[in-house]
Amino acid sequence: MGLLQFIKSIEPDKKKSPVLHTAYDAFFTFAYAPNTVTSGGVHMRDGMDLKRLMVHVVLAMQLCYIFGTYNIGHQHFVAQGQYLGFMDGFNLKLAHGLILMLPIFLVSHIVGLGIEFLWAAKKGHAVEEGFLVSGALIPLIMPPDIPLWILSLAVAFAVIIGKEAFGGTGMNIWNIALLARVFIFFAYPTTISGDLAWVSGYEKLVPGSAVDYGWWHTGFFNSLFSWFDWPMFKETATVVNGYSGATPLTLAYQGGWEQVTAKYSESQMLWGAIPGSIGETNKIFIVLGALFLIITKVASFRIMLSMVLGAIGGTLILNVWGATPFMEVTWYQHFLMGSFLFAMAFMATDPVTASSTNTGKWIYGASIGFIGIIVRVINPAYPEGWMLAILFVNTFAPLIDHYVLEANIKKRLQSA
Amino acid sequence: MRKFNKTLITIFLLTSTQAILSAQTSNQSSGYLFYSLLGVGVLVALGAIITLADNLLKVEASKVGIDVFKKDIGILPSLSNYLTGKKPEFVGENSYHKLTRGYDLKLSGQASGAVEDVRVTRFAVCPTDFRGMSPIPKVVVEVGDTVKAGDALFFDKKNPEVIYTAPVSGEIIEVNRGEKRSIIEVVILADLVQQHKVFSVPSASASRTEITQFLQESGAWALLNQRPYDIVPPIGDIPRDIYISTFDTAPLAPDANVIISGKEVYFQKGLEVLGLLTSGSVHLGLDGRKPESVSSAFTQATGVAKHWFAGKHPAGNVGVQIHHTKPIKSGQNVWTLGVQEVISIGKLFSDGVLDCTRIVALAGSKLSAPKYVRTYVGAQIGELLGGIIKEDGKDSRIISGDVLSGKQKTTNQYLGYKDDQVTVIAEGNEYELFGWLLPIKPRPSISNTFPNFLFPDYKFEGDTNTHGEARAFVVSGQYEEVLPMNIYPQHLMKAILANDFEKMEGLGIQELSEEDIALCEFVCTSKIPLQKILREGLDMVQSQG
Repeated sequence: MGLLQFIKSIEPDKKKSPVLHTAYDAFFTFAYAPNTVTSGGVHMRDGMDLKRLMVHVVLAMQLCYIFGTYNIGHQHFVAQGQYLGFMDGFNLKLAHGLILMLPIFLVSHIVGLGIEFLWAAKKGHAVEEGFLVSGALIPLIMPPDIPLWILSLAVAFAVIIGKEAFGGTGMNIWNIALLARVFIFFAYPTTISGDLAWVSGYEKLVPGSAVDYGWWHTGFFNSLFSWFDWPMFKETATVVNGYSGATPLTLAYQGGWEQVTAKYSESQMLWGAIPGSIGETNKIFIVLGALFLIITKVASFRIMLSMVLGAIGGTLILNVWGATPFMEVTWYQHFLMGSFLFAMAFMATDPVTASSTNTGKWIYGASIGFIGIIVRVINPAYPEGWMLAILFVNTFAPLIDHYVLEANIKKRLQSA
Repeated sequence: MRKFNKTLITIFLLTSTQAILSAQTSNQSSGYLFYSLLGVGVLVALGAIITLADNLLKVEASKVGIDVFKKDIGILPSLSNYLTGKKPEFVGENSYHKLTRGYDLKLSGQASGAVEDVRVTRFAVCPTDFRGMSPIPKVVVEVGDTVKAGDALFFDKKNPEVIYTAPVSGEIIEVNRGEKRSIIEVVILADLVQQHKVFSVPSASASRTEITQFLQESGAWALLNQRPYDIVPPIGDIPRDIYISTFDTAPLAPDANVIISGKEVYFQKGLEVLGLLTSGSVHLGLDGRKPESVSSAFTQATGVAKHWFAGKHPAGNVGVQIHHTKPIKSGQNVWTLGVQEVISIGKLFSDGVLDCTRIVALAGSKLSAPKYVRTYVGAQIGELLGGIIKEDGKDSRIISGDVLSGKQKTTNQYLGYKDDQVTVIAEGNEYELFGWLLPIKPRPSISNTFPNFLFPDYKFEGDTNTHGEARAFVVSGQYEEVLPMNIYPQHLMKAILANDFEKMEGLGIQELSEEDIALCEFVCTSKIPLQKILREGLDMVQSQG
């Protein structure tokens, strides 16, 4: 094993440069499964470890990543009134998507992992894998035009205050990815709410407003595309007359399902060629990801199922109430709009912040589903509820577990 | 009365919400709303009345002394009656427990064939095999003495009535000491022809005291195991019940039918003796997975309560069986024995000799010829294996016991006092490129991220690699998946780590032993040493009294 010996030979000294050593250790254990053997206790261990677990969650998101990146570009050109067919202008849409997506992805990982590495070196333990998933989730729940400095602040806040302050991976109370998003939501609300946030590449999202292209568009990609004689980015393009970037939820809030379907067809919402956070628009790919997580038993089907049931329950109650057109939207229509499915598949199922007892998981999921729908429909400021509902129920997850355990203890004492 | 108040409040709330809502909503939908809310209110009220009546019945029943948790008291039919289905025919009058949770760790190298006699010259009794014994017991023999099987070797100064005796006859050749002069092994060089000390058996009408004295004097007391804590029972303790599991579901465990064959009479005799020692009854756990092949010594045993258990490992663990029949409460204790220990006791009371013959399964993928051998308690492992370890360039891990809860040994060490299995597997001390993501060699796992679930009958070789590094608790629910008990292992572990005694007991630490939690430790994604933590907790609870 020449490679292994070479890698071993460049190992930095742990005492002299702890940060370097921590980074080396993180990358080395990534490349090579360590040679440690069991001692005391069991002699044989299951092949599953935290790295494998986390990477399977990341794998489950890959379709959302590919679609989300392309959809950034698609929405950009829909606002211009150009290339309205989904596959038209493929190179431009993909290029525009990558120009926005790659920096978001890199910044979220560099900031988050950087803090993790420094913290691990300071505390003298190995880098834990928790941020693999958080770092992959954060780009998917951001608007494409998010300023990178805001993103950095949010990630740093989530990792330091949300995770390291509590003791690292496995100890946090709130979902890290959602904490990053909620930070932006409250600190810089205009960048992440309203109709204007979800379509990228314009100074303002009003008809006549000019595109906001940088060097990557006009310099790099345009010269590349001119080589192949492909369509190029036009710096003179403007937002087309009569365009509005309203998301289905905004429309539903204004005028119920009828107003939504006036603009978006059901299949459009299902396939996700609509404005929204980067990763949450394509419902088919999210459901495929969720099925992958359920079949591999990486995420709890209890949470997903109970969250669906809770949301249906909440919708039915609102349907009966029916005070506004939004309240009359049925449950499957709710599932087509907004980020319900994404939150269900990837956010609520975080095992650290969810309830840890199986009974608790049913209560936990159902509460999220119920509260989330209520917030979505009744909150006048912002027609979406999953982020707040999940963080809210995260807070109560230990309490739910406490009562489940108390019931177990009580039963044991009673039958004595 | 609390229930009534609740109902009243609910009805009040419902009507008031209705009033508020109808003020806001249009006339059209308020009619539906009113009736649906009224319907819900009526249902809640009815439910409350029924629950109240049900509870009152239960209160009355427990006043006259009926166990309300066992018997179906009350006006509501118990849901489990409908869900659990009918008992299979072979069960008859006995109880039947189908356990759905668990995992059969399928390994290659199962012992098979006829039982062979092996020539082992060295045997040892190790004080370290008996939990709670003081580190320096009083050794009553000296190097050079000759002993017969059944002669005293040493006793614990805290507990001098319990004598630990020689399993074989021969010459004492070593008394080995470990750290701080503690005694770790008393080694006997065995005679070619075994001689037994002949005891005078108590008469059939002997009192319990006479029987226990006889057990202590002959050394058979050390064959008993007391739960909780897994200790040799203190003198004077009367167990609530005695449990014997007649099958072992652990990986590569010996087949109980091989062990029992030819010794059915002694087994029954042993059961009768044990029946005199407990205030409750002797319980036998029977293998419900393949009921037709269970030896008649077990199914036809008399004077015992029999329970069938069908399910994956750890269904054969006595701890799981106790949990499903009569859980151990704090302050209670039960005794547990293996089949071979019962046979030894039966033989002691039939023939007056301490016969420590053991049938041991030599198993594991590192053995060229896995087999059953006949030997005695405490055989030297190197001699027992006798050169059947494969020489394939890999290091071997020799385990006295199974891969989940056995003890690591070297060839110079001795078979554990109560072990009936030696497992040898390969050490996994090698780096593996992207081993966590794309493993080259198949490895056992309960995770469906491996293709294992497509090949349910595949037998793994397995090695001792940890397959990852230790982390904090992250995944939840995976321990419960392999522990068929109404216990929350992860929360129990956290309670132990936090030294929370009350919670430990409440969550049922007294029902568990290392072997029960071993499978949880195997599946743990975070590679946490659960057995070690559990033992720390049990020690804490024990020392607190």
